[in-house]
Amino acid sequence: MTNWIEAVKLKDIPRLGSRVIKTDTVNIALFRTTLDEVFAIKDECPHKQGPLSQGIVHGTSVTCPLHNWKIDLASGEALGPDEGCTNTYSTKVENGMVYLTSDKMMAA
Amino acid sequence: MKEKLVLVGNGMAGVRTLEELLKTDADKYEITVFGAEPHPNYNRIMLSPVLAGEKTIDDIILNTVEWYEENNITLHSGDLVTRIDRVNQKVVTESGSEASYDRLLLATGSNPFIIPIPGADLDGVIGFRDIADVDTMLATAKDYKNAVVIGGGLLGLEAANGLMKNGMDVTVVHLLDSLMERQLDKPASALLKSSLEERGLTFLMEAQTASIEGDGRVSSVKFADGSEVEADLVVMAVGIRPNMTLAQEAGIYCDRGIVVNDTMQTYDPKVYAVGECVQHRDICYGLVAPLFDQAKVAANHLARIGSKRYEGSVMSTKLKVTGIDLFSAGEFNEEEGDEAMVLQDPASNTYKKLVIRDNRIKGAVMYGDTIDGTWYFQLMREGTDITSFRKSILFGQHDLGDAGHGDETRVAAMSDDAEICGCNGVCKGEIVDAIVKKGLFTLDDVRAHTKASSSCGSCTGLVEAVLSNTVGDGYDASPNKQPMCKCTEHSHDEVIDAIKENELKTMDAVRDLMDWKTPDGCAACRPALNYYLLARWPDEYQDDAQSRFINERAHGNIQKDGTYSVVPRMFGGLVKPDELRAIADVCDKYEVPEMKVTGGQRIDLFGVKKEDLPPMWKDLSDAGFVSGHAYGKAMRTVKTCAGNTWCRFGTQNSTGLGVKLEELTWGSWMPHKFKLAVSGCPRNCAEATIKDFGVVCVDSGYELHVGGNGGIKVRVTDLLTRVETEEEVLEYCGAFTQMYREEAHYLERTAPWVERVSLGYIKERILDDAAERKALYERFKYGQKFSQIDPWKARAEGAEAHEFNTIKIVA
Repeated sequence: MTNWIEAVKLKDIPRLGSRVIKTDTVNIALFRTTLDEVFAIKDECPHKQGPLSQGIVHGTSVTCPLHNWKIDLASGEALGPDEGCTNTYSTKVENGMVYLTSDKMMAA
Repeated sequence: MKEKLVLVGNGMAGVRTLEELLKTDADKYEITVFGAEPHPNYNRIMLSPVLAGEKTIDDIILNTVEWYEENNITLHSGDLVTRIDRVNQKVVTESGSEASYDRLLLATGSNPFIIPIPGADLDGVIGFRDIADVDTMLATAKDYKNAVVIGGGLLGLEAANGLMKNGMDVTVVHLLDSLMERQLDKPASALLKSSLEERGLTFLMEAQTASIEGDGRVSSVKFADGSEVEADLVVMAVGIRPNMTLAQEAGIYCDRGIVVNDTMQTYDPKVYAVGECVQHRDICYGLVAPLFDQAKVAANHLARIGSKRYEGSVMSTKLKVTGIDLFSAGEFNEEEGDEAMVLQDPASNTYKKLVIRDNRIKGAVMYGDTIDGTWYFQLMREGTDITSFRKSILFGQHDLGDAGHGDETRVAAMSDDAEICGCNGVCKGEIVDAIVKKGLFTLDDVRAHTKASSSCGSCTGLVEAVLSNTVGDGYDASPNKQPMCKCTEHSHDEVIDAIKENELKTMDAVRDLMDWKTPDGCAACRPALNYYLLARWPDEYQDDAQSRFINERAHGNIQKDGTYSVVPRMFGGLVKPDELRAIADVCDKYEVPEMKVTGGQRIDLFGVKKEDLPPMWKDLSDAGFVSGHAYGKAMRTVKTCAGNTWCRFGTQNSTGLGVKLEELTWGSWMPHKFKLAVSGCPRNCAEATIKDFGVVCVDSGYELHVGGNGGIKVRVTDLLTRVETEEEVLEYCGAFTQMYREEAHYLERTAPWVERVSLGYIKERILDDAAERKALYERFKYGQKFSQIDPWKARAEGAEAHEFNTIKIVA
């Protein structure tokens, strides 16, 4: 059974922006697109661990602030010729609240 | 049901068009490709290195069989199309198979021109056009000794060089008195000839071939003057003819090539044509570079977007003979009224000539040292006025101050392990490898695949040189009009103008009007649009934090470990004991791991956690500090020297003036970082002549210097003018700054901007037109009303709080 955890109100993530969720083991970046989709990925670029949460969001990808790698928010994979992948976490939005699954958080 | 597209000609032009089409609309057509050769698409311009034994056929394959499969393209290779049935819209091949089409794309290329002389049909007489020709040459070289190449042009010389590398004795026969006469002037041609002779080639100049002799197989070549040379192989490289038989027989209008309009459409609206088989605006192109432009246009119309036109290409040439550096572009023989600038050094075997008309480069020929070829070519295509650096232009771009790489920039001579990109540690070998294996043609491609030139950009010229050296004339030099980014076709200038003319006041308005391809842009265009709107409408535009790079969003510099650095502003570099105490207290309180005095005369506090930024700013703000904008594309610092208050040499109060300038300009957003300095005398201790705006005080007043910078490429300022009062300094500074803010491209510093628009133009606006200068100054001061609100204080008081808080949850 999926265990959903309340994370943050949707309105508290800026459109085309992000918030950082800290757990004991991992920092998770929560992104919100123009169309109000919410994606959660580990806040660490596969290239040199740059904080993806601090990047510019466009479409359903984010550009890492350190060296401009583009990461797909849905798959966590680097786009274009770059290769690498960061963890993703399932999210859902209900009644204006964003929920995260805890499944992979402890393992991450 | 999908429409059907048939491509006849499985070569570079046709397949490139398909690639462009797939990028635009992958699902529009069911695609079938016919190729006469039994190979997938390969890089024809790399045949010379294959012949010379420097590359293999596998190295030059551009699209593998798998590529066709992955893109659902049906490939019939080795099957020649013999007929187009335009009534029933189908093509018929030699083997009898048929394919019907809704749209037909012809890319049949060209054939080598075989001179119709007796013996031209003997065995051992070939052209130099495809893999089969290369195979014949390699096989012949094993068993025979003597080769004659007819034609001393680009292709002929590359063939001759390759045959020589394979151990043959090669004689090059040329009808005229100088080699490569279509690309080189006589002095360069003579240098080339002697260098090739040293390598072992023999030349027969002004020799007219009369017949080829032999019994079944060629044995000798006879000339009009009665002389004769032995030959076991004759390569005809006197030119190419567009291959238009198929189109002609189908009744499609042809002249010297298949005639197309600016959309690459033939006289049959269902039939398009690209590459060497076409004649466009009366020109048949025999080089590869134009095909990339044609492919983009044809794809655009095949995808029914219909927004592009092909308007012809300007070309440059490089000879692909390893070790010979040669470059040619444009009109290299001067006409009456033109000026020729020549640099010739027999000792280093170097020759450079530029043809100048109205202070603009019209053509260039270079031999021996071609590193600046791409630069001259760019100046030529952009029509840049070279007046301001005319005196040194022949010495090359590095002479304008390219961080002193000097002679280290001869790409051809570099070893594979020579580092090209110092930021990302990319060597020449890696770049060449990527270009060859991945079939790259553009600077952008190389940047994406290797990271070379993708950080600071100072090695861009070198990377372009590697690219053009590796792919020869196939190098796809960036087009005249550079789009802002991949989201749009429009250039920076077009966007800046549209924002002004159409009074666009939101990013959505810009993107709607200018046909953006992405709904919310990308990491490159969003910050640019945000800046342009802010600079144009300071009172109305709502700054968009999500379109700013993190440094500007968080008002600190992100460091590699994700912490930030904080630099409080110190006007003119002056500081008081209480202020230093306040900084020291802040560092203790927030456990700042490192402090450093910066080159801009202030103090940098490193290793600050993001959530500590607002409270730290509050403490600094309480002590009287405002943001130093050390993180932004913004006005940074005003560096000053001691000035006449203390210094025995000082002529004016440079610190006082520095403070006034900083009070005027702080807080303003710019296309790029912007630095000022004021030196109290011509000894120039504040280094004002490498700043965006520098003041050098003299006894009679103030010299104003613009467009300098340290950094990647050091550039010394140009003298704008001399003024007598501090008030004038402020006015000229404000006017220059505002002009830069309104007209430069985002991420373009004043140094390249001044070079691009020319100092003369800036002087016209600021010196000659007092009303314009005052208007610019007023606009600058008006904008400052909105930008001199300290962002640190605002955030310390709670603005944008979500930016600095994280959310904690327990899993």
